Amino acid sequence: MAKVYGAVTIDTNRCKGCDLCVVSCPADVLLLQPQEVNDRGYHYAYAANPEKCIGCAACATVCPDACIEVYRVVEK
Amino acid sequence: MTQEEIIRPENKVYSRPDLLCDVHTHYCPGCSHGVVHKIIAQVLDEMGVADRTIGIAPVGCAVFAYNYIDVDWIEAAHGRAPALATAANRLNPGRLVFTYQGDGDLSAIGTAETIHACNRGENIAIIFINNAIYGMTGGQMAPTTLLGMKTATTPYGRRADLNGYPLAITPLLAQLDGTCYVTRQAVHTPAAVNKAKRAIRKAFENALAGKGTSVVEVVATCNSGWKMTPAQSNQWMAEHMFEKYPLGDLKDVESKTK
Ligand SMILES: Cc1ncc(C[n+]2csc(CCOP(=O)(O)OP(=O)(O)O)c2C)c(N)n1
Ligand code: SF4
Ligand code: SF4
Ligand code: SF4
Ligand SMILES: [Mg+2]
Repeated sequence: MAKVYGAVTIDTNRCKGCDLCVVSCPADVLLLQPQEVNDRGYHYAYAANPEKCIGCAACATVCPDACIEVYRVVEK
Repeated sequence: MTQEEIIRPENKVYSRPDLLCDVHTHYCPGCSHGVVHKIIAQVLDEMGVADRTIGIAPVGCAVFAYNYIDVDWIEAAHGRAPALATAANRLNPGRLVFTYQGDGDLSAIGTAETIHACNRGENIAIIFINNAIYGMTGGQMAPTTLLGMKTATTPYGRRADLNGYPLAITPLLAQLDGTCYVTRQAVHTPAAVNKAKRAIRKAFENALAGKGTSVVEVVATCNSGWKMTPAQSNQWMAEHMFEKYPLGDLKDVESKTK
């Protein structure tokens, strides 16, 4: 069975903390920062469980501010 | 495998589109406008037509669209985008001309321009963001507002006897001989976003090929106006808006000429 490794990078300064990526992630990777805020005062998204990412790009696809970029490696 | 091993250029599968300007948008967190801007930028990137594209920006929350997607733009007076698009396209043959309009812009103040541009079969694409409200001015009722929906001007909910019925304008546009492609999409899930992107691409290709007017309605949210979180808004939209505004193609005339 091929194993899929994914990873995301999030432009935390552009993020508005809308939560849409968090609810769209099928692997429970993402959360909003509970305390920290960015320059504009938003509780930005971060990968709380990065090792669970499968690189499906659901989060990036729904992000209204195009903050998320996605990487994927398929290991045969 | 470590994050550093995965995050390498050769493994990149989703990038921020090049055509999106490196600025913060003024949109509220979670606003559908941002998602639609992103897929328009992706489609223009993929088609390689950015240098011959003219966008017509509306009045409404998307009034600053010209600051966000790096193509040529003209800013129209409220509702007049299809008239400006007509001129831009006729005077610049070979350009891809599209309008980007809200429901107040397209189906209230701009109804006449919309219907006549579609009826003339102008070779343009119309991207219509239907969030069932006047977002920009503070959430007043629009023609598209659902019955029972609370807005700043219908605080107890829209009533048919007082405020009339919700207007589904795309089925009217689909009846006109000048339209070649009329479709209704949404951007609330990854699958819906990808489908909407394909619809926008088809509309742009039709416009360049001179097939007539294409209309892509995107049933959308205005979470600030609706007074819900972005995620709640998407859910509310799926539960309530799609009944009045069902998704899918309303018309697709494949090889229609002018
Ligand atoms: C001629 C004119 N009339 C009225 C207005 C006020 N106005 C600005 S935006 C708007 C409605 C915008 O609603 P919509 O097109 O649905 O866009 P949204 O903000 O919801 O995306 C109105 C009535 C105006 N700017 N110009
Ligand atoms: S790429 Fe997929 S699995 Fe990874 S964070 Fe985004 S939605 Fe979750
Ligand atoms: S969808 Fe985008 S803007 Fe919204 S919280 Fe996630 S990264 Fe931030
Ligand atoms: S008011 Fe509504 S339409 Fe306008 S930016 Fe905010 S959420 Fe979007
Ligand atoms: Mg609107």
